[in-house]
Amino acid sequence: MTVTPSTRDYSLVGESARRAVESGLAAAEWYHTDIPRKQMKELMQRSDGPAIRDTAIWLGLLVAFGAVGAALWGSWWCVPFFFCYGVLYGSATDARWHECGHGTAFKTQWMNNAVYQIACFMIMRNPVTWRWSHTRHHTDTVIVGRDPEISVMRPPDLLRVVLNFFGLVDAWHAIVDMVRNAAGVIGKEEKTFIPESEQPRAIRIARIWLAIYLATIALAVYLGSWLPLMLIGLPRLYGAWHHVLTGLLQHGGLADNVVDHRLNSRTVLMNPISRFIYWNMNYHVEHHMFPMVPYHALPKLHEMIRHDLPAPNASMWAGYREMLPAFVRQLRNEDYFIKRELPPTARPYREEFHSEAALAAE
Amino acid sequence: MSDWIEACAADDIDEEDVIRFDHAGRSFAIYRSPEDEFFATDGLCTHEQIHLSQGLVMGDIIECPKHNGRFNYKTGAARGAPVCVNLQTYPVKVDAGKVFIQLGN
Repeated sequence: MTVTPSTRDYSLVGESARRAVESGLAAAEWYHTDIPRKQMKELMQRSDGPAIRDTAIWLGLLVAFGAVGAALWGSWWCVPFFFCYGVLYGSATDARWHECGHGTAFKTQWMNNAVYQIACFMIMRNPVTWRWSHTRHHTDTVIVGRDPEISVMRPPDLLRVVLNFFGLVDAWHAIVDMVRNAAGVIGKEEKTFIPESEQPRAIRIARIWLAIYLATIALAVYLGSWLPLMLIGLPRLYGAWHHVLTGLLQHGGLADNVVDHRLNSRTVLMNPISRFIYWNMNYHVEHHMFPMVPYHALPKLHEMIRHDLPAPNASMWAGYREMLPAFVRQLRNEDYFIKRELPPTARPYREEFHSEAALAAE
Repeated sequence: MSDWIEACAADDIDEEDVIRFDHAGRSFAIYRSPEDEFFATDGLCTHEQIHLSQGLVMGDIIECPKHNGRFNYKTGAARGAPVCVNLQTYPVKVDAGKVFIQLGN
């Protein structure tokens, strides 16, 4: 079958955005697996215990690795300690920002807010801007022209993907955005998802962050040492690899412009260390279908609804073996995507809503 | 002019929970608080028109199932992003085991 190549406009104020609204893809009703209310309520219940435990481990290790790394600064022995510090700073914060932004990690909201602010600073995501961009991501997941958080656009920019394992592209954009916001400017695209009443807060936080980074740079210059920047700022680069490694799997190579998370999101089984760093976001279909369920209940949710979902990838390696060839094919045909098979027990995809995507997958 | 509408039986709602009630083309949410009091609001989140009846009741708070926006369902006050606009609330009474909401004129 011949498929006419389409052109995707990922701008939030462009042609694809207009088409998404006109076609009803924007703010659409998404597929959900049926779960009895009683069980759903149990899954949604909040608790402080797991997140306090995990946050104490996270911050404790962060301080310990940072302190030992700093003490050994100047010798090669500091490398493994900064390696671990970097992952906890530049990758674990991706999950902490995310879960606390949803307000589900802790039962107590000030704890969610406190960890959210800390994690946002470390991952260089303005807490106001990203709260609203992520709201849009959940409304319009991988809807072209609507979702501001599509990490791999089509055709894939593989150089950008590789550079982001070292945080280079994302951190650069984050710095540009921070300086722009600190100057009092909210971008045209940001205005499409940040309410006007919230925009001054985004500017205020950008100014505070800029002051912290400038102070860190000044301290580094004063000491004649990179050490302050190894502890603040640079870990966003040298520790980014794990959150990119896991994050690409969330939606990479799967369908866009569909209203069924089983088609555009991926659940991947992972080792316990990665799941700790990633706070169980490897259960990504489940998270998108039911964002009210806290990270610590996602394995239980997975067991409850797996009969209705495509089989999870058995490992990150299996996920990459599926995803990378799809990226390569999308270089030639950007309409190609991986259509994941449902088990016989699942309710079928609503092909009437996804006919164009189904043709492109063939 | 009061306009009391029978919404459901009191026993239809668990404590600290919510159910959906549709009437005259509109959707409402009926709540039962942990203190065994009943409340009613518009049924759709003011952020993106999601049914709150699928959300989570925690004390005085109803959390939207889609984006985790929060309202105080007793007052209708928006209590957490991404909701910015308050919910409309409605008077409720319980009579002979039935829950009634007053929709007004």
